[in-house]
Amino acid sequence: MNEDTIAAVATALGEGSIAVVRVSGPDAIERVAPLFKSKADLRTAPTHTVHYGWMVDPSGGEVLDEVLVTVMKGPRSFTAENVVEISAHGGIVAVQSVLELLLRSGVRMAEPGEFTKRAFLNGRIDLAQAEAVIDLIRSKSNKAFQVARKQAEGALSKEITPLKSQLIELLAHVEVNIDYPEHDVAEVTAGVIRDACSQVLAQVERLLRTANEGKILREGIVTAIVGRPNAGKSSLLNALARENKAIVTDIPGTTRDIVEESVTLSGIPLRLLDTAGIRETSDVVERIGVERSRGALSDADLILLVLNRHEPLHEDERQLLEELQDRSTIVVLNKTDLEGRLELDEVTRRYSADRIVSISAREGTGIDELEKAVSKLFFGGAIESADLTYVSNVRHISLLHQSKRSLEDAITAASDGIPVDLIQIDIAAAWEALGEIVGDSVGESLLDQIFSKFCLGK
Amino acid sequence: MGYLAGEYDVIVIGAGHAGCEAALVAARMGSETLLLTINLDMVAFMPCNPSVGGPAKGHVVREIDALGGEMGRNIDKTFIQMRMLNTGKGPAVHALRAQADKFLYQHKMKETIEKQDHLTMRQGMAEELIVEDGVCRGVITKTGAEYRAKTVVLTTGTYLRGKVIMGELMYESGPNNQQPSVKLSESLRQVGLQLVRFKTGTPPRVHQDTIDFSKTEIQPGDDKPKYFSYETEYAEQANDQLPCWLTYTSEETHQIINDNLHRAPMFSGAIEGTGPRYCPSIEDKIVRFADKPKHQIFLEPEGRNTKEYYVQGLSTSMPEDVQLQILRSIPGLEKVEMMRTGYAIEYDAVVPTQLWPSLETKVVSHLFTAGQINGTSGYEEAAGQGIMAGINAARKAQGLEPVIIDRSQGYIGVMIDDLVTKGTNEPYRLLTSRAEYRLLLRHDNADLRLTPLGHEIGLISDDRHARFLDKKSRVEAEIARLKETRFKPDEAVQAMLAESGTAPLQNSVDGVTLLRRPELTYAHLERLSPSPVDLTEDMKEQVEIQIKYTGYIEKQLQQVERLGKMEKKKIPDDIDYSIIHGLATEARQKLDKIRPLSIGQASRISGVTPADLSILLVHLESYSRVGAARNSG
Repeated sequence: MNEDTIAAVATALGEGSIAVVRVSGPDAIERVAPLFKSKADLRTAPTHTVHYGWMVDPSGGEVLDEVLVTVMKGPRSFTAENVVEISAHGGIVAVQSVLELLLRSGVRMAEPGEFTKRAFLNGRIDLAQAEAVIDLIRSKSNKAFQVARKQAEGALSKEITPLKSQLIELLAHVEVNIDYPEHDVAEVTAGVIRDACSQVLAQVERLLRTANEGKILREGIVTAIVGRPNAGKSSLLNALARENKAIVTDIPGTTRDIVEESVTLSGIPLRLLDTAGIRETSDVVERIGVERSRGALSDADLILLVLNRHEPLHEDERQLLEELQDRSTIVVLNKTDLEGRLELDEVTRRYSADRIVSISAREGTGIDELEKAVSKLFFGGAIESADLTYVSNVRHISLLHQSKRSLEDAITAASDGIPVDLIQIDIAAAWEALGEIVGDSVGESLLDQIFSKFCLGK
Repeated sequence: MGYLAGEYDVIVIGAGHAGCEAALVAARMGSETLLLTINLDMVAFMPCNPSVGGPAKGHVVREIDALGGEMGRNIDKTFIQMRMLNTGKGPAVHALRAQADKFLYQHKMKETIEKQDHLTMRQGMAEELIVEDGVCRGVITKTGAEYRAKTVVLTTGTYLRGKVIMGELMYESGPNNQQPSVKLSESLRQVGLQLVRFKTGTPPRVHQDTIDFSKTEIQPGDDKPKYFSYETEYAEQANDQLPCWLTYTSEETHQIINDNLHRAPMFSGAIEGTGPRYCPSIEDKIVRFADKPKHQIFLEPEGRNTKEYYVQGLSTSMPEDVQLQILRSIPGLEKVEMMRTGYAIEYDAVVPTQLWPSLETKVVSHLFTAGQINGTSGYEEAAGQGIMAGINAARKAQGLEPVIIDRSQGYIGVMIDDLVTKGTNEPYRLLTSRAEYRLLLRHDNADLRLTPLGHEIGLISDDRHARFLDKKSRVEAEIARLKETRFKPDEAVQAMLAESGTAPLQNSVDGVTLLRRPELTYAHLERLSPSPVDLTEDMKEQVEIQIKYTGYIEKQLQQVERLGKMEKKKIPDDIDYSIIHGLATEARQKLDKIRPLSIGQASRISGVTPADLSILLVHLESYSRVGAARNSG
């Protein structure tokens, strides 16, 4: 009966140098293979071999992490099933993103103690250890239960509960139409279903965005400062660093050959790329142009394009303005303390006012405006870190994604004229996924809803 | 004064909808069967609404028929109106509903029973179970007759310590002023069964000639009705159906009820039994849904040769004088004559978690219960359990393993699993929303789901089975043919597509792909490419449904397969939960009480967590390894 494929982080979560995500089940190899970019194809790899490569999200091509992948075919594995172990760089972020990717691609999150349970059920663990296996399941699930209960009482549950109520009301209405067809309750139309599901979908998507925002808050926004030499990149860097004296740290890059620095801009951590490069160029030769910065551009979430307001636009700068206009770019007009000679309309033609900031890096003015512009770009205006619920748990994110997919299916089905009792399947799935987040089960509560909301009877 | 009155294989107590099905199948399976009932004039009596079917309930009737039971055939012989409900929705929830000629329904069922081989019907009130060493061996009646049997099926309906309540008036009674069964209830307690008190109710009946139908809306039957039984090809009443009529309560109705609430037993505390939420009395509806200005009232004929009308929507236990006032406040009923007064009835039921999924009780072996005694409500629910209890009582008498329908096979399975696994704290009614595989449990495919089983256990004749196999193979062949048939973007095809309001073809497609377009039906394709072999309307419908909803059907089938593995993982009946280390206390208690037969069933017990299931699995694995070691050693 253990025929689905499960995954979980097998090492203690924390800041260890390596973390292992274990995948077990008949499809373990087939599930991981398309997500793993390497010279080797896992599907044909011999058992008990290790492969070097990258975990890549096939939908967007995004590289998540540099990893080592071990393939162990059953029965010669811990669980006696096919097992793939992915060793990622330690730290919660890299490991969670790998796990999230697996869950999105149809692998199930392992229950507490499930690997050990499978190992036992498949005969890998001695009978004498059965009690130890049970203790493990019990203690792990108790812990998971405590965590879940904390979350259920917490902010996330306050977000999820109203969405669940919206869906259950809709479900109850659909069920009444089906089970009491002659009753004088208005029929739920495709339009009603579409509207209700779209409302919930918008909220689920918002929560998923907070997951993203939470990730940004943990990881920082990967930021590239670009511009011609002498435009003021280094002064901007220094101005930012001045604001954040205590937080400047050097993190040796793990996958890149670039030095990063990290600063916090009104609560938003920015990971500045190639700061060494910027410093070098400003200190030494002026000849090195935008080329060096360009390398960092492709990896950046945020680009700060620094222009010297005191000089007319250079051809390189025109090119950058055009190239970067569709990305998350903020144009920083430096040297406002000097006379403006730059053709401003060239900039405003391509960038809206909230993406243009004037500063004087030397005098340290305008940094506040820059903060506001960044915050608006990433958080749609106000940054609410104090009271926003960030969905950070991998299981929750995967359940929210499930719920989102089901709601989208329901909306499509409603538009395609599919009968309500079939759309109900999708709505119920969306509702169940939300219910799993807060730990409720289906069943009686739907009937409660039906009989408390509708006056039925013979 | 006692005497040995007879020995049988199976005794069925009660001849309501559960008892009739139980007795008929037991006899048809070759068991010498006795059907014992308090009053022979009450066989298959409908004490409440004069109708059979509707969503989920109608599905059950189809399932009973697919298994070889009687309810479908009997209603097809005796309906006065037939309607397919939910036709605007998907095929899974299409539901047939018949208005019955109540009296004819009884007569036809009694006639069928009287003609049945191996079946003896006798009037008598069972008062005591004969139980020896935890095994039920028979019953003793009020007259001292001792009937012995290998198995006994109890279907006591609302007779068990029944009490009728009408306003301030209360008296011991079965339904419709029948004698209640009082002593048997005591006997059930003595053998160790835990009983609960439930309540249900029925509305008043009125005289047709005193109804002003001009103030109501007509509700006719279908022009070309479908039938419940797969064996019914034609029923002559189809051309002479009687309508029902729709009216509404008025402001005055609500006023009268509100003014008399102090006399309503529902609110005065006189009723101790739990009533069903889905079937509230009118006073309950008006209190709980005070903002609803009016409620629907359907007027339904009780038969062809009677003037009695059933007032659906007006179930009540108000005093008789208030009932009359209420009736006369309803448009169309201003001058109505009330023929029977509505009433509430309380009765004893067995807590159904005391049953195995075979419907045999856990404390007393060879004793089965079915119908309202198990906490359900409704004729169809009763009949659905009746047929299963009858089958399993006969099989037990013959030394065979029980037959259990699982949740993916039928509403009967959903209902029984709900009852024995979760129990119920109100009279249980089937709803389509209780089924997790609603799309698989369709009205149209009951035969595909259950007729092979019916044949296997000897209830479906070889002849009928052959017809079923023929239908199945014709449907499969036609689906295969459509898969192979290419439709090209030629003039005839494009014209048909334009006519049905769907996009023209760019390239040729196969018939299956084309039929999945929402605008198209099998009839459209048939015009262009008729089947080379004869297909009945039923078969064409089957082809269309199976093709159109493949995607959704496949999804549910996969779910069934996944969960099926849990159902197949059996738990031995001698398992001792008290020695399983690590189970949470709540899970341990619940598991010990319900004693699930499989991990699947265990997973549906509330309070049993996935961790408990894992622990149970680990325990079962150790248990079997120890067993294996012992056997080999």
